[in-house]
Amino acid sequence: MTESNNMLEIKGLTIHYVTDDGVVRAVNDLNIAIGRGESIGLVGETGAGKTTTALGILKLVPNPPGKIIDGEIFLDGEDIIKKSEPEMRKIRGNKVSMIFQDPMTSLNPVMTVRDQIAEVILLHEKMPAAKALEKAEEMLMKVGIMPDRAKDYPHQFSGGMRQRVVIAIALACSPELLIADEPTTALDVTIQAQVLELMKNLKEEFNTSMIMITHDLGIVAEICDKVAVMYAGSVVEYADKLELFKNPKHPYTIGLFNSIPDIGNDVESLKPIKGLMPDPMNLPTGCPFHPRCDKAKPECSEKIPAGYDIGNNHIVKCILFNQ
Amino acid sequence: MHKYILKRLLMLIPVLIGVTFIIFTLSYITPGCPATMTLGETAPAEAIEALRQEWGLDDPFIIRFVRYVADAARLNLGETYATRRPVMEEILTRFPATLQLAVMGLFISVLLGIPLGVISATKQYSLFDNLATIFGLIFVSIPNFWLGMMLVVFFSVNLGWLPPSGFETPAQWILPAFTLGTGQMAVVMRMSRSSMLEVIRQDYIRTARAKGQKESVVVWNHALRNALIPVVTAVGLTFGFLLGGAVLTETIFSINGIGRFMVQSINSRDNPVINGGVLFLALSFSVVNLGVDILYAYLDPRIKSQYK
Amino acid sequence: MSDNNNVNTRKRPPKKKSQMADVWRRFKRNITAMVGLFIIIILVLTAIFANVIAPPVFDDRLGDYMPSYMQQNLRNANAFPSGDNWFGTDNFGRDIFSRVVHGSRISLQVGFVVVSVSAIFGVILGAISGFYGGIADNVLMRIIDIMLAIPNILLAVAIAAALGAGLINVMIAVGIGAIPGFARIVRGSVLTLREQEFIEAARSIGANDYRLIGRHILPNCMAPIIIQATMGLAGAILSAAALAFIGLGVQPPAPEWGAMLNDGRRFMREFWPIVMFPGGAIAMVVLGFNMLGDGLRDALDPRLKK
Repeated sequence: MTESNNMLEIKGLTIHYVTDDGVVRAVNDLNIAIGRGESIGLVGETGAGKTTTALGILKLVPNPPGKIIDGEIFLDGEDIIKKSEPEMRKIRGNKVSMIFQDPMTSLNPVMTVRDQIAEVILLHEKMPAAKALEKAEEMLMKVGIMPDRAKDYPHQFSGGMRQRVVIAIALACSPELLIADEPTTALDVTIQAQVLELMKNLKEEFNTSMIMITHDLGIVAEICDKVAVMYAGSVVEYADKLELFKNPKHPYTIGLFNSIPDIGNDVESLKPIKGLMPDPMNLPTGCPFHPRCDKAKPECSEKIPAGYDIGNNHIVKCILFNQ
Repeated sequence: MHKYILKRLLMLIPVLIGVTFIIFTLSYITPGCPATMTLGETAPAEAIEALRQEWGLDDPFIIRFVRYVADAARLNLGETYATRRPVMEEILTRFPATLQLAVMGLFISVLLGIPLGVISATKQYSLFDNLATIFGLIFVSIPNFWLGMMLVVFFSVNLGWLPPSGFETPAQWILPAFTLGTGQMAVVMRMSRSSMLEVIRQDYIRTARAKGQKESVVVWNHALRNALIPVVTAVGLTFGFLLGGAVLTETIFSINGIGRFMVQSINSRDNPVINGGVLFLALSFSVVNLGVDILYAYLDPRIKSQYK
Repeated sequence: MSDNNNVNTRKRPPKKKSQMADVWRRFKRNITAMVGLFIIIILVLTAIFANVIAPPVFDDRLGDYMPSYMQQNLRNANAFPSGDNWFGTDNFGRDIFSRVVHGSRISLQVGFVVVSVSAIFGVILGAISGFYGGIADNVLMRIIDIMLAIPNILLAVAIAAALGAGLINVMIAVGIGAIPGFARIVRGSVLTLREQEFIEAARSIGANDYRLIGRHILPNCMAPIIIQATMGLAGAILSAAALAFIGLGVQPPAPEWGAMLNDGRRFMREFWPIVMFPGGAIAMVVLGFNMLGDGLRDALDPRLKK
């Protein structure tokens, strides 16, 4: 895993939200790396810090109250934490773009969809406005929307169609990295499959690296190469998809798999993880998972475990694997 | 879109008839006989009786009301007691001044209120925002008739910078326009601020930022276009306040508009002028609101497409 | 603010008493609201103790005591503020301070009467219209549309001109224009409350409409009513003063602030105190109620922040 090969490498990222009632430690010492053309699934429960991580990569964490406390984010080998706002603007929507969770609210209601796509093209590519509009219509075609709908407004589209528009915006400038934040959660199941299929095809066409944020392991199985499991703001396990699915190591990951109903295997009943996700304003000391962990040892509450490589590029953040 | 405008126009008719009904009822219950008021207390009884017959003052309420509506529809608001000239004519000669004053007040409230509100919202809880909020409350609370007088005392009497009355030259416009505009400027500012605060948190604003758009464009284009939708309604109401406030402002600055004319008529109990003036201004207000509704549909595609 | 309020909602125990305490806690933190409350308290105390602050004076010509705000002294007319006359004297040599102090009684009286009566009418109409809907609602909303088509102050002018000047007529003129505001707010609240489950529950245990509206719905829309009433006080005092200013309200020699401005207007170029103080009093009182209303809105219902 050499640095030059990686599209994105995040080291020790820490993001806090400072509110009147206390500090919300949303992302804590997060490490992750994504190779070119690779897709990684970022998996975890609601509140695990997945969206904050994604916004952190674009430096769009709402500030105040959010603040990037520490860490480095190397995009193509350059640390974007050090980049100025004008430099960041050249990256957003161009080199890195994002698909948001709720298509119903992520499009501007008073602009036509074509204008919203053309906007991002005009921002990053030098071309006359008329040309940008043409290209916007081409993008609509690519996501399966006929150009005669180009001058329609978002409210005239269904949820699935709107998400296609959002995808068109995200891919309009052929980004090298695409962050998809639960892109299908707000959609009907049948539409989900269509949108995923579309994303998969477009990703291949544009040869884009991708971070797929989801709590749905099925989606990960569908389109990711690698998986990072997040818990309380940091990655607790990271591996190739097949390796992780066959050979989960971290107690939380194992718990996560056991919580999924499996139609082919009804011998064992569901084993939900006991307890709740900790309040990020009040994280436990040591390993944040230890209060819920079956295999917790006394020292688990004392220090935060490092990530241990157990071979095959499989990293587990748990002292059980400290050899 | 035409359908929408047509629908709005049709909805205007019952409102106008209702307004006319209120005004007519008020003139109906006003003590004093119009014929006597016109001819004077000393006029011979036969002359008064003849005029009562001519105007049909002994007819039942409903007949008189229908006649009033029919007259009003033909732009006839009766005669003034004092001069026996048509009220409509008197009003129309004074309307340009009132309209000019109200429009200038509108410019002040919109052109200052919206930007101040937007800046206030984008810098929420900053010193600027706090000051704007406090001054907003103060300006909403100051009675404009008092503000006008204090401006005259300060800028005309003490400093001698601006003329204290009249409305012919641009120098004479400044004090009345500010007197009338500041209160509504504060209203528009508060409205813009809260609307903007709502919009700026929306997901599509984040989308615009994620495209790499400049913050200034995000605020002044993406956010403002959405935030303006409710503000436009407030501006419509603002125009009503401005027309009403013109009554007081014109009095202070001796501006020869409808408002001052009405106030003068209050002293001489010339009720046809007062009622005619109120009716005329209410109609103007309704027309402005019709315009606002159309503008609203233009700004919000969700309304426009309902009527395609 | 909203973040804190979310936290409050989460922590709030289901007791009514502590809910009030919660509102008070939020209200106390709001400086604007506290300043507003302070102004209002001063105003109310001034009105109550007007005869103590500006006591009746002995008049030589009359040979008896008379209200300080009535006593003329033409030799001391249009005097600038001094130790004897804090706000100066008017064109009849009357003490402006006494007149402003006693004027607070008229303004407060107009404000409270107008708001309570228009609130009662508005709440009843709004509740009926929101609860029953249908024709009643349609008719009421059309009437309100019509009333709102006449700018408030012009409606008051037209009514006052028809009824004639005087305290009661001013109250009627201003009060009628204040009803639609209450009716609309209550109607809106009732429309949303009507659909909620606790209403369904109350209905299912046999509560009649009267009880449903009085016991279950209205107490739940008290917050917007209180806010509207506070802001309405500011508006009513302002409108009444404006009417007096154009000669349609309370008539001189009563020490009504708007009437004092109207009287003093002729002299303002040579003698500013005659308009400065009565107008300043109106501005302060209106500001006080507006600040209080603003703070109450934040404290009572954060969602109403508009």
